[in-house]
Amino acid sequence: MNTPLEAGRAGRVPLEFSDHHGALGILGFWLFLASDVVLFSCLFAVYASYGMRTAGGPTPMDLFHYGPAFAETLLLLTSSFACGLCVYQLRRRSRNGAAAWLAVTMLLGLGFVGMEVHEFASYVALGATWHKSAFLSAFFTLVGTHGLHVSFGLLWAGSLLVQLWRRGLNAVSARRLYVFSLYWHFLDIIWVFIFSAVYLAGRIG
Amino acid sequence: MSLLAQLFPPGVLRPMELGSDGLILLTVAGLLFVLTRYRKWGWLWREWVTTVDHKKIGVMYLVASLVMLFRGGVDALLLRTQLAAPGSTFLGPEHYDEIFTTHGTIMVFFMAMPLMFALYNAVIPLMIGARDVAFPRLNAISFWVFAFAGILFNISFVVGGSPNAGWTAYAPLTERAFNPGVGENYYLLALLISGIGTLASGINFLATILGMRARGMTLMKMPLFVWSALVSSALILFAFPALTVALGLTMLDRLFGSSFFTLTAGGMPMMYVNLFWIWGHPEVYLLVLPAFGIFSEVVSTFSRKTLFGYPSMVGSLLAITLLSFGVWVHHFFTMGAGAAVNAFFGVSTMLIAIPTGVKIFNWILTMWGGRVRMTVAMLWQMAFIPTFVVGGATGVLLAVVPGDYQFHNSYFMVAHFHNMLIGGVVFGFLSGLYYWWPKMFGYMLDERQGRWAFWLFFIGFWVTFMPQYFLGLEGMTRRMYTYSAGFGWTTLNQISTLGAYVMGAGFLVLVYNIVWSMLRGERDVTGDPWDGRTLEWSLPSPAPEYNFARLPTVTERDAWWHAKREGGAVAAQWRAREIEPIAMPRPTAVPFFIGLAFFLAGAGMVFSWWVVAAVGFAGVVALLVRGWFDDQDHEELSRDAVLRVEAAAGRLQA
Repeated sequence: MNTPLEAGRAGRVPLEFSDHHGALGILGFWLFLASDVVLFSCLFAVYASYGMRTAGGPTPMDLFHYGPAFAETLLLLTSSFACGLCVYQLRRRSRNGAAAWLAVTMLLGLGFVGMEVHEFASYVALGATWHKSAFLSAFFTLVGTHGLHVSFGLLWAGSLLVQLWRRGLNAVSARRLYVFSLYWHFLDIIWVFIFSAVYLAGRIG
Repeated sequence: MSLLAQLFPPGVLRPMELGSDGLILLTVAGLLFVLTRYRKWGWLWREWVTTVDHKKIGVMYLVASLVMLFRGGVDALLLRTQLAAPGSTFLGPEHYDEIFTTHGTIMVFFMAMPLMFALYNAVIPLMIGARDVAFPRLNAISFWVFAFAGILFNISFVVGGSPNAGWTAYAPLTERAFNPGVGENYYLLALLISGIGTLASGINFLATILGMRARGMTLMKMPLFVWSALVSSALILFAFPALTVALGLTMLDRLFGSSFFTLTAGGMPMMYVNLFWIWGHPEVYLLVLPAFGIFSEVVSTFSRKTLFGYPSMVGSLLAITLLSFGVWVHHFFTMGAGAAVNAFFGVSTMLIAIPTGVKIFNWILTMWGGRVRMTVAMLWQMAFIPTFVVGGATGVLLAVVPGDYQFHNSYFMVAHFHNMLIGGVVFGFLSGLYYWWPKMFGYMLDERQGRWAFWLFFIGFWVTFMPQYFLGLEGMTRRMYTYSAGFGWTTLNQISTLGAYVMGAGFLVLVYNIVWSMLRGERDVTGDPWDGRTLEWSLPSPAPEYNFARLPTVTERDAWWHAKREGGAVAAQWRAREIEPIAMPRPTAVPFFIGLAFFLAGAGMVFSWWVVAAVGFAGVVALLVRGWFDDQDHEELSRDAVLRVEAAAGRLQA
């Protein structure tokens, strides 16, 4: 009932698409995401080339464990689901619902970043710093770039929460919320690739 | 190391650099004096620094680009002066390395790219019947981020030291072990920061062209320059991230001790070269395709004919765009990737000659049977065709892999890419400047002086670069700072240097042409001095800040040409009752401060002053967050104000 297509058919354009300028902003953000895909592709390519170049240091098999990686995955995927519910509430024009789910999204995202920081710290404690080898440089850069994106997203979500609270739902805040959701789901997809190409592939060797 | 020694190492205390210090200080003092004496600070702030008007942003890009053309050109003359005699000691080897590095970097990133954005900003919204770009504030951010990155790069030669690893900055020469000092940091940070602005511009113009065209202007009714801007912006989107990664990883290696491109700990320098050219080859197309677009507009206007083969022009643009991502290995066939890989990239490179050839024939056939007017813009177009064909043919020679093993890194290759970048990009952008100048500034560039500039530059170009092909065949390699008389290269080098000075004279005449025309040139009161074909010529020159008092409706290609045929003199007039208030983007100083914050962050990183860098980055984030809370980015221009402007331009029907 609340997909853009059906809403349009019912003669009700979603709030975030309701003015031309806002809709253009959403298009612009899709274009940004396209270029961010290329950025991550390059980092994945670098990681794929460097995965075995451990220079006598720790290997993926030594470092990675299913447990933490799986927990991070669960946290981020659930947060993405919460973000979907936030947009659902936005379509229902429920400010409080949207704000509540946005807060849940943030909490889960925060948990993800916390776990990732902990994971990185545990590797460093083992002596696996990024100075050690090309593999570790590539690992920390790829996963760290994603982590930085997520952290930036948290800051962004925080500002959206304040806006929702102070100004309520309107075409502008709806567009910003929707664009944030695109960003958040995008990071989720990147993580799925990281989980497969880094952690799973690293365990399989 | 003391701060003073860090800021002023011996490399920046050579006589030439000290002389530049003096000139820079004099220029800055002069500017400050003029601005204060004539009370222009408020004007500068209100009209330029805080503007979000795409037309003014275009002018600022143009000014920056011409200043950079001067700097890059002086670098080129210094290089050619050094090479004019065998065994010359005019420049030392280190000095020579620095100057060819800044020459290449400035010409590509700080001259050609902003000149392209200058023309996009000046005319793309006008050509598609839009009142602005999709994101006016982002557009201003793009400019200021670029401008401050340009300043960051340019101060390197007087503060801290120039980069010296070539404009391609290949690892491992850029690693800290082999290249201490801050020069390469400048290169990396300046390009990383300006890349942000470039990416934002790419997104902006894609969204503008996809989402803001006049009613009825389908994709296949767009002017060719708009098409070329569309595909070129797409190239920015998909190519620039690779440069960001290549430079970012080098930066991490240098500043934070990672091991991406080191020779130890498993790093692979060739990874850098791959990433760099995955960006680098699309880059040359994203520069030359807009030039192709300009030629298509110019040749059609000055032949008074619709462009020949429009669909094949669009098709060839798309073909070049796609192919450009599949040729990057031809920059390093000598890496030794094996016969199969090299054969693939050799053939894909040659394939590009086919769509390019289609375009050449279409331009010639547009002139065929047309009533050709030899304006300066048209002269640049005519000069481009033979020049670019020669450059393209030598490009195909370079794509022959066994041949490339001989030509690689020789002056043959140097001549080839100057042949393409000057013969294609510079000729194209200059043609566009002469063509759109009246639209941008409201006065014509004097044609007679323009012809002098053209002939000097054009002849100078051939005299400079044709001998370099032969120098390459005789074994002279790129980037050598001197040679001995016994090699027999002296005469050809002297001819080449002579040509370079003739080009320099051409540039001076161009500047004279601009200044003279600004003071005395013919004013363009019609808005349509060339009897143009596309919508920008339906507006007064320069266009009012809102561009179109009423948004146009398009039914055919060459929309303005048809409107003139059907509507006659009233085609560009409105009735007063058709005019409505217009929402205009509100000026803002935030983009300027974002640029400044990036400059601080960059300078802090260059010198490893972490506090400064942190302040800069915190400033960027704070300004972004502030922007998230700013909903008042538009203000209304009243109906009366629009009516006044239109009446003054004689655009209202009685």
